[in-house]
Amino acid sequence: MIIDGSESSLKKFLAELSPVDQVGAEARAVMLATRSIKTTSKAWAIDTAISMVDLTTLEGADSPGKVKALCAKAVRPDPTDLTVPSVGAICVYNDMVKIARSELDAIGGKDIPVAAVATAFPSGRASIAVKKIDTQDALDAGANEIDMVIDRGAFLSGKLGEVFEEIKTIKEICGNKAHLKVILETGELVTYDNVRKASYLAMLAGADFIKTSTGKVAPAATAPVVMVMLEAVRDYFALTGSRIGVKPAGGIRTTKDAIRQLVLVNETAGSEWLKPSLFRIGASALLNDLLMQRMKLRTGHYAGANYVTVD
Amino acid sequence: MSRIDVNKTYKLFIGGTFPRSESGRVYEIKGANKKFIANPALASRKDLRDAVVAAKSAGSGWANATAFNRGQILYRIAEIMQGRSEQFIDEICLLEGVSNKVAKLQVEEAIDTWVWYSGWCDKLSSVSGSQNQVSGPFYNFTTPEALGVVAVFAESKPSLLGVVRTLAPVIAAGNSAVLIASESYPLPAITLSEVLATSDLPAGVVNVLTGKVSELAPWVGSHMEIDGVDVAGLSKKQEDEIKLVGADNLKRIHRFSTTNHPERILSFMEHKTIWHPIGI
Repeated sequence: MIIDGSESSLKKFLAELSPVDQVGAEARAVMLATRSIKTTSKAWAIDTAISMVDLTTLEGADSPGKVKALCAKAVRPDPTDLTVPSVGAICVYNDMVKIARSELDAIGGKDIPVAAVATAFPSGRASIAVKKIDTQDALDAGANEIDMVIDRGAFLSGKLGEVFEEIKTIKEICGNKAHLKVILETGELVTYDNVRKASYLAMLAGADFIKTSTGKVAPAATAPVVMVMLEAVRDYFALTGSRIGVKPAGGIRTTKDAIRQLVLVNETAGSEWLKPSLFRIGASALLNDLLMQRMKLRTGHYAGANYVTVD
Repeated sequence: MSRIDVNKTYKLFIGGTFPRSESGRVYEIKGANKKFIANPALASRKDLRDAVVAAKSAGSGWANATAFNRGQILYRIAEIMQGRSEQFIDEICLLEGVSNKVAKLQVEEAIDTWVWYSGWCDKLSSVSGSQNQVSGPFYNFTTPEALGVVAVFAESKPSLLGVVRTLAPVIAAGNSAVLIASESYPLPAITLSEVLATSDLPAGVVNVLTGKVSELAPWVGSHMEIDGVDVAGLSKKQEDEIKLVGADNLKRIHRFSTTNHPERILSFMEHKTIWHPIGI
């Protein structure tokens, strides 16, 4: 064990983490964004990115109809082309989990997991009792993955033990039934040092995935932030031997953005992480752009938005 | 000691900004007297792609602006051009080798063309729309609407007028445009883009590419996001090639024999018919 479970040992461990070189991290992220991925590599990257998309709808206006349409798209993103892989998962609010699960099962998407954003998403401002019920409710509805938010207020005011316990409690509820993704909301964490600390804190508390953002706060999944988190999972693997996944979410809208994320993964955590079980991209508009780029590669001419579905 | 000229290296006009070509290429243009004039950017297919993305995203805002507002902005373009007419005259003289007097006439006609098309903006639905008689208790209206993204191959000569009379009707209709300037006479199109950038026209409604027409034309033809093409600046052979690949997404491909005519606007519009029950 790295820590003995007490708050003081957790604080000591996090305090001893080396700080992030801000200028260096940003420069490296910019440098990696200039990698040119073309032809067959691009085709591979597009298909890999599609299979990593957590197709998301998290709006107050979500309806069963919209969720069902999204499920159809998840199973077969491009109905005119059967070679397009299915997406990584569907990500919805709690009350839509049941609808998504039964729709996916009905249309041949049994293997596609449903992720629920539980624990008073997106702010996380609710008592632990409510968060526990929220999580249990999602699991009962058939969620395969739980995306929880951390209490940023507690984290920023130094109550690290509180945040740690909360993640641990939710992890216990998830048990073996569901994967736990912990949303750090990096846009509110202010510094890269905090992102690194929060990443370790979440991993030590039992996260299966660490996720950048809710998508409701800007900036979201910026390249340096994702890189810092990828470094954390890489180092955590060296330390403990267990591989934790990473999920950037928010602001990834184009194929170029997605491919840059894959480059970051490959160059930071390593190619081991280049699979949907260890890397996901939370997005909604991205999928259409990936499909359009795929059409361009296949047909040789530029595709148009009229030839993919409207979400 | 004589002063060294500051020769310009021109850039493209995409989404309201002036980027270099992503390819980094430029080419030389020479005047009628065979002397070097400037280095415009040599646009690549990726610049075209970026221009179409910019045009597409600007499209709904421009198409949904009131016709009256569009007319005002077209008129404003004429106003700003008037203020910069000396620059246009100089460029036309340099490129075409015509006298100052001839160039001035061309600039005046170009400005008048903007004014002429600005007046058309809020009259299109009256002239081309209709209230239709149907057998049933319905109001039935037909109104013209913008097509979407239209690519415009400007005529080479007259160099300024050739740009304005192909571009103005396209945006008067509420379309957003990707203008591909004449290869040998691109200066008036570039200067016009500087006018457009300061005339309240929303960014991305007009995008200007300079470069090799023969390089860009096939990509324009096959691009599924481009809904219409004015082939004024293309040869008959290039036009046929575009028609062949453009059939895939039913592009409206036109070459007009008229100069200023509402047909030029309406050819890049679609008619929408609405049925509405009477009494509801």
